[in-house]
Amino acid sequence: MNYINSDLKVVGTRPIRPDGVDKVTGRALFSADTRASGMLWGKILRSPHAHARILSIDTSKAEALKGVQAVITSADFPNIASEEAFVGEGPMNFRDLSLNIMARGKVLYEGHALAAVAATSPAIAEAALALIDVTYEVLPHVIDVDDAMKDGAPVLHDDMFTAGVNPKPTTPSNIAKVVTFKKGDIDAGFAEAEVIFEDSYTTKPVHQAYIEPHACLASYNPDGQVTIHASSQGHFMIRAYTAKLLGLDMANIRVNPAEIGGGFGGKTLIYLEPVAVALSRKSGKPVKMQMSREDVFRGSGPTSGASVTVKLGAKKDGTIVAAQQVLKFQAGAFAGSPIGPGCMCGFAMYDIPNVDVLGYDVVSNRPKVAAYRAPGAPISSFAVECAVDDLARKLGMDPLVLREKNAVVNGSKTHYGVSHTNIGYKQVLDATRAHPHWKAPLAEGHGRGLAVGFWFNIGGESSATVHINEDGTVMVATGSPDIGGSRASMGMMTAEVLGIPVSKVRTIVADTASIGFTFLTGGSRVTFATGMAVTQAAEKVVEQLKARAAQTWDIPVDAVEWQDGKAVPAGTNAGAFEPLDLAAIAAKQGRTGGPINAEVSVNAQGAGAGFGAHICDVAVDKETGKVEIVRYTAIQDVGKAIHPSYVEGQIQGGAVQGIGWALSEEYIYNDKGQMDNPGFLDYRCPVASDLPMIEAVLVEVPNPRHPFGARGVGEVPIIPPMAAISNAIKGATGLRMPDLPMSPPKVRAAIDAAG
Amino acid sequence: MSKSHVTTTINGEAAEFLCETQQTMLDVLRDVVGLTGAKEGCASGDCGACSILVDGTLVCSCLMLGVEAEGKSITTIEGIAQGDQLHPIQQKFLEHAALQCGFCTPGLIVATKALLDENPNPTETEARYWLAGNLCRCTGYDKVIRAVMDAAAVMRGETV
Amino acid sequence: MTEFEVEATTFRRLILELDNRFPGLGTQVEESMAVAIDGEIYQDAYGAKLLPGSEIVLIPKIGGG
Repeated sequence: MNYINSDLKVVGTRPIRPDGVDKVTGRALFSADTRASGMLWGKILRSPHAHARILSIDTSKAEALKGVQAVITSADFPNIASEEAFVGEGPMNFRDLSLNIMARGKVLYEGHALAAVAATSPAIAEAALALIDVTYEVLPHVIDVDDAMKDGAPVLHDDMFTAGVNPKPTTPSNIAKVVTFKKGDIDAGFAEAEVIFEDSYTTKPVHQAYIEPHACLASYNPDGQVTIHASSQGHFMIRAYTAKLLGLDMANIRVNPAEIGGGFGGKTLIYLEPVAVALSRKSGKPVKMQMSREDVFRGSGPTSGASVTVKLGAKKDGTIVAAQQVLKFQAGAFAGSPIGPGCMCGFAMYDIPNVDVLGYDVVSNRPKVAAYRAPGAPISSFAVECAVDDLARKLGMDPLVLREKNAVVNGSKTHYGVSHTNIGYKQVLDATRAHPHWKAPLAEGHGRGLAVGFWFNIGGESSATVHINEDGTVMVATGSPDIGGSRASMGMMTAEVLGIPVSKVRTIVADTASIGFTFLTGGSRVTFATGMAVTQAAEKVVEQLKARAAQTWDIPVDAVEWQDGKAVPAGTNAGAFEPLDLAAIAAKQGRTGGPINAEVSVNAQGAGAGFGAHICDVAVDKETGKVEIVRYTAIQDVGKAIHPSYVEGQIQGGAVQGIGWALSEEYIYNDKGQMDNPGFLDYRCPVASDLPMIEAVLVEVPNPRHPFGARGVGEVPIIPPMAAISNAIKGATGLRMPDLPMSPPKVRAAIDAAG
Repeated sequence: MSKSHVTTTINGEAAEFLCETQQTMLDVLRDVVGLTGAKEGCASGDCGACSILVDGTLVCSCLMLGVEAEGKSITTIEGIAQGDQLHPIQQKFLEHAALQCGFCTPGLIVATKALLDENPNPTETEARYWLAGNLCRCTGYDKVIRAVMDAAAVMRGETV
Repeated sequence: MTEFEVEATTFRRLILELDNRFPGLGTQVEESMAVAIDGEIYQDAYGAKLLPGSEIVLIPKIGGG
């Protein structure tokens, strides 16, 4: 059923979220907040070298330390076969995941785990790590993507032969694969262009920087049953990967989802759980592990750094006739950067007849990259949106007019072959043009920048149950970890379908033994896919409620309607019965047939793509190079805002992560390939004093494939900020900053160089 | 290594505990006393997720040793509400949706209490600079600042 | 990029045909790619129906963060 044109009573309002009180009182239990009787503390030994062969590991002294009850290395993990998979929202190989969690034979980045201990206190565990003797043969390393691609660069994997190249190379290299997307005839396109612009751009690796470090509590019982308590973006994912990496049956692993303190893609895969389970198995006790902040930076996947070139060709009237892009993405130590989406998203908002995109997935001695909000797209759009801005200047055109002129509409075919359907891009551009920020006078010395962004959003597998309690209140359970307030929206959609106040609905996230399989929380999929499952389950419950009323009144079931939370006879012919509300039917459910509930599992199709446009005003301090964000507006098509406050929150949070990516965040490496800034002091995320209010403008073009019209919203907002800011800096200073981050020393250097 | 015996007051109640010398106040709160509201985000005083009040002063509990609690009055997130009555700061955080994952929320609420105890009528800029020591990765701070300004108005009796 | 014609009324049949013609290709497509059928992207398209003249585009699997 479709509620898009209905009068809605709950969906679209802003109730207090059901898990809110626990979170403001410190009661909510996150990954590191639980204990188990007799538990040990686990810690991981990490490589100090960016690239080295492990010649020997001697754990005897560590094992002899009083209080140490288990020490493990890769010898305690099965040597699993190579298996390509889609791991944690990105392509990876299960064997690589296993090697990433515990190095075998070689360490490939500073921070790479190679041993672990479990002891009776954190201090003893730490002391034990220092007693593990590792002999390394240090090898030359390479970090930067361009350097990693050069002939003669240190090669990380001697079995890596570039895929996607014909004929297949016979010498190993660091280029895992090459991908291409072509549309039309690029040479003909540039030949017909009257104005051409091209430039090169670079970005540095940035971390998702969730404030909660990875942590877990795992217990391997003597009967082989495993319990894991951990936060993640997918507890079914934890179960599956732990089973795969340790060779266990999934039915013997139960994962309880803790509250999660941020993920943004970085918690869509695992680092600690198999290690904790292996330590628990060896010691016979529960093991708690927690990454330090340094470990998080050094040992968990940030996103790619990259090198991108863009060339655009247009007619004098602004019609873009040719677009070419070359992207080189760092994958980290193992193959699997988001090069695919990077290649697809940059030009996805432009209707261009001739397009040529070439992408390289390149390994280098850094932590394996993990997904980060719209993986690949922010890097790609940084380059494209700066280039489009400079093309507009070259054409003498307003940057919004240039984008409007070349905007995709429903039916436009992208360069990756898919045609857009049910999109709201034009409406986003219209809202941008109409917004007061676009026309506001600009203060002296300030600059204004515009940039747009696109993300596919996904659907996928979700399970949900709706139970009617005996007193007429409602329990909703889903398998989707709540990272942004989804329990609120699940409860709201249920309340809407049932016609009851949302205060009568309680939503929980059920563990892996208590609900059907649910794909992880990411890809902006939960409101769409899990919302679809929840809505369908609620509708099935309504059918049961009507049937029970029909039975009570002894009339046919199709003579009963459900209105405003009550069963009513459908018209006077059905009989003059007083309405039966949910509580009344619930009280008799045992007598009328048994418990009333429904479970629905879906593989949701038809996710609605998202488009965003950001306007940013900056002031640039010419002495210090500091860029101040003076005003920021983020406009996005959200389909239908189920709970507008949490939709605004996603947009504001994503925009600010983009602002950090633009101005201050980066991994800084020394000449040994070690990270110099693995802490929040020098890995500089935006703080409250860096920012103004972020105005989030919700454009609602319903996605007809979702019962309430919802689209994914969480990922689009991180895409436009970097180019919007670079474009604004250009407006303020006349200077293009093509390299991220646009930190004060670099801005000052650019100002000095310009004279 | 023998442990130290510490006598202190936590959230208005007399408390005592044993701890190792090198254990931080954050370790003690979470692993010895059992109050897990204060969080470890960095253990180096850069993120504010471990914020507590010590004799009314805002402190990163990860930068304080457990033994330093001797004779002091400690306030954690667990002591902000009065029984089942939420503090206006907590209420406004909920109303304004000023939290998403909620991990930084205990630290932010404690820091906000310290701000409003010292300056009941802060400007938006003053609030932003006071809270610059509390990192939030989810919200972009917009709704947090709105909640803080609204809570301040409630506490001044200007609104509900 | 190569173009060719295949007879199939479901996506599953298409995979089997690809495997017949290019051993292993169908399996690789099924495991590591997403497919767009007449413009709609499917991560898993086993039973998706293909109508006469359906346009099928293979793209990298899309995840998210």
